[in-house]
Amino acid sequence: MDLSHSILSLLTWLPIFGGIAVLIAGDGGDSASSRAAGMRLLSLSVSLLTFVLSVFLYNNFDTTTASMQFVERSPWIEALNVEYFLGVDGISAPLIILTAFITPLVIIAGWDSIKERPAQYFAAFLILEGLMIGVFAALDGLLFYVLWEAMLVPMFLIIGVWGGQRRIYATMKFFLFTFLGSVLMLVAFIYLYNKAGSFNFFAFMELPLSLLEQQLIFIAFLLAFAVKVPMWPVHTWLPDAHVEAPTGGSVILAAIMLKMGGYGFVRLSLPMLPDGSMYFSGLMITLSLIAIVYIGFVALMQTDMKKLIAYSSIAHMGFVTLGFFLFWSIGSGSGAELGITGGMVQMISHGLVSGAMFLCVGVLYDRVHSRQIADYGGVANTMPIFAAFMVLFAMANAGLPGTSGFVGEFMVIIASFKANFWFAFLAATILVLGAAYTLWMVKRVIYGDVANKNVAALKDLQPREFIVLGILAFAVLLVGLWPAPLVDMMSATVNELLTQISQSKL
Amino acid sequence: MIFGEFSAAAPEITLLALICIVLLADLFVKDEQRIATFWLSIAALAVTAWALVATAPQSTVIIFDGSYVSDALSQVLKLAAVGVVALAFLYARDYLQQNDLLKGEFFLLGLFGLLGIMIMISAHSLLTMYLGLETLSLSLYALVAFERKSASAVEAAMKYFVLGAIASGSLLYGISWIYGLTGSLQFDEIALAIQSGNASGAPLFFGLAFIIVGIAFKFGAVPFHMWLPDVYQGARTPVTLYIASAPKLAALALFMRVLVDGLGDLHDVWQGMIMVLAVLSLLIGNIVAIAQTNIKRMLGYSAIAHVGFILMALFTGTEQGYAAALFYTLTYVVMAAGAFGMVILLSRQGFEAEHLGDFKGLNARSPWFALMMLFFMFGLAGVPPWVGFIAKLSVISAVLNAGFPGLAVLLVLASVVGAYYYLRVIWIMYFDAAEDKSVFQSAPDTRMALSLNGVAVLALGIVPGWLMALCISVIAQI
Repeated sequence: MDLSHSILSLLTWLPIFGGIAVLIAGDGGDSASSRAAGMRLLSLSVSLLTFVLSVFLYNNFDTTTASMQFVERSPWIEALNVEYFLGVDGISAPLIILTAFITPLVIIAGWDSIKERPAQYFAAFLILEGLMIGVFAALDGLLFYVLWEAMLVPMFLIIGVWGGQRRIYATMKFFLFTFLGSVLMLVAFIYLYNKAGSFNFFAFMELPLSLLEQQLIFIAFLLAFAVKVPMWPVHTWLPDAHVEAPTGGSVILAAIMLKMGGYGFVRLSLPMLPDGSMYFSGLMITLSLIAIVYIGFVALMQTDMKKLIAYSSIAHMGFVTLGFFLFWSIGSGSGAELGITGGMVQMISHGLVSGAMFLCVGVLYDRVHSRQIADYGGVANTMPIFAAFMVLFAMANAGLPGTSGFVGEFMVIIASFKANFWFAFLAATILVLGAAYTLWMVKRVIYGDVANKNVAALKDLQPREFIVLGILAFAVLLVGLWPAPLVDMMSATVNELLTQISQSKL
Repeated sequence: MIFGEFSAAAPEITLLALICIVLLADLFVKDEQRIATFWLSIAALAVTAWALVATAPQSTVIIFDGSYVSDALSQVLKLAAVGVVALAFLYARDYLQQNDLLKGEFFLLGLFGLLGIMIMISAHSLLTMYLGLETLSLSLYALVAFERKSASAVEAAMKYFVLGAIASGSLLYGISWIYGLTGSLQFDEIALAIQSGNASGAPLFFGLAFIIVGIAFKFGAVPFHMWLPDVYQGARTPVTLYIASAPKLAALALFMRVLVDGLGDLHDVWQGMIMVLAVLSLLIGNIVAIAQTNIKRMLGYSAIAHVGFILMALFTGTEQGYAAALFYTLTYVVMAAGAFGMVILLSRQGFEAEHLGDFKGLNARSPWFALMMLFFMFGLAGVPPWVGFIAKLSVISAVLNAGFPGLAVLLVLASVVGAYYYLRVIWIMYFDAAEDKSVFQSAPDTRMALSLNGVAVLALGIVPGWLMALCISVIAQI
């Protein structure tokens, strides 16, 4: 059987059916039972198999073309001319690989720290993985929307069932915020469908739209994507959701779900609405810069580690949106390409780094059951190996050259220099602020004398935790030192995207 | 040929004959063996369904001097009604048995109600419509009061009866105006009279307004919804399930026959009124539902909000809108039946699981049925991939296509508000610890029916194409 004609379906449906199988296998109501152990192995093998499939995707990916690859197309709802239409290009393929890469790590990280209903926990993550891969692969608007919204359901349960003290508030806020943002996107899709006669993204792109239509549709898309990214001022759900979510939930949320917003901008807003995007580019740049500078200061003041990383995520995602919308300030030339590529590299890098940071906090939380910075101090004395990992990821979060965090940020800063000195000036503050809040946290948590008896009693990483953090550290350094394969994957698609956005529809 | 004429009404005639047989048989059944009535009723439904399929007309057939019609729309609605009534009986049997309420009346009144629904669906004149409506309404009043000793049930029945009588009176008054002005009770002749200009102007609108009041009451649209939450709450849950499901199909038929077939040329006039009803129902239904702590009452207000969606689709006056309304009603009925079925499942002897708190920690007690309730709640909330989403999508699409983007935005915002109270049920089931750890006492057949119902809500959402194509083709044949 030739895998390349069904690889995307496999990547989408294998985790979903695997999740259902895990639910059926169950845990016998006891997380220590042999049935639960078998269920864990099943979850891990499903997620690893998915990752292997994504490696196949990478190996067979043709970096020379901007057109869609591994396309699958068949009718789904014929009465509405809706298709089951999947395909990937240089924008979506790296994100699919990232998703397939992070999920097994999350499953290993939750291996025996989840005591309550582990089967449902692992099943929720597997189903979520399939839905997220589906979102990145979907090329039909309705399919995209169905998966986009369905994704909220497992995450809603993950935060609500396995979350912290204020989990119900956090998860309701998460669901309603993102649901509210998305429904207007649905209205926009239906509007485009009524004009184009199908939900196909390519039909949407070819549609001539007046400036007013483009502006309104841009706003509808903006609400959906800005909530997901999240951009200032609709970011307030994120700190709550991150803080209350279990470690695995925070990792998936930060590493992949936030990328949905950025993906939406490059997949839909920019190519479909070039004039609307141009009209709003000033606003988008302003919001991005506010996120970078203002949220950076907010992060500085946090006393809760997860909250600090959550705010740092918002600031870093500001780079992504900044990079995407610099095009019109630069005009033609290599700068625009750098901005978009930089934004996309930043998405991948942030996925790795923020995921790793949340896992580090999870390691501490599993032992001490506190997220407060003040409850720690001198962790390096009792957990030296962990301290080394945490310092590495903190450096990556601060954008140290040699780590993945540097590559994307540097590209975006160069691009913003070409646009406007002050954009670059404000954007570069993240290098200062990011270093300040991340390293200050590390200083307070890791260094110094042993602060209290909880810290004194800490035991260093278990092999399971070591494997997870080790793999992530390798990935962070790999992307940082040798970003070429990643950039190559994207470049053809980015060039195609640039021609699309430079052609006015008016 | 007179026999041929009757064949188009064969399902109703069959059902009536079967009801008489069940009624007679029930007289001779001892209380301990009352279950026989249940099985006879199910058999009667099965035979009726068979009669419907066997006598399906190739094209629209109008019989009895133009007062009765059998067409694709009537076939679909009747089959759905028979199916939903069978589902309601299945859910009810075990509950009634446990509460010592297993009486023949429940099933007989349910069957009579179904007869009324089928007559309404096939009505081709205002008088037939009215007769069907009264057959249905009288059965429903009696069903609500069916537990005589329960004060709340009798109160609800009284309220339903008084308000229902006013609504019927209003409808009849409107009918008499239309009859006086057009000189006919038949929908096609009424339509002709209006087209030819023989009847027009203020008196016609006056009659129309009274008819719309009657229809709005039957739908439970704001501001004619007052009876609905009280009746939903006061009646026994199986009765609520019945009222919440099959009569919605009849209300849709009432709308389609009277306002579209008969008074379709007055679309410009009734459109505004329906829009007001739809918007008010959407807003009030969704907002008031948030404040409810009784799940039956909450589902009552949610029903009002869903009626808002259906009316919004009908208001467009386009074929696309009618098809969307048909799809919405068919799928809503399946979801509502399932949600009330869950309330029945959790209840047991002397205990009504009608408070939201009774669902606490359901996930710990029964992960499977918590999942089914999650399906119903996300389905009703319109979250993909459950079928409620596709239903909402088709309505929004129809409204946008008819050129009302503002109303489309209102529709989606209302569904976000609605999502809150459905999510709250899920939060109670999944995030709260169980207080009541008792094991369910429901029968295996109830569980099986409920599981199939839940899976159907998901499956219809993933493969909605055939049902949507069916709805579109049915509407196109009108």
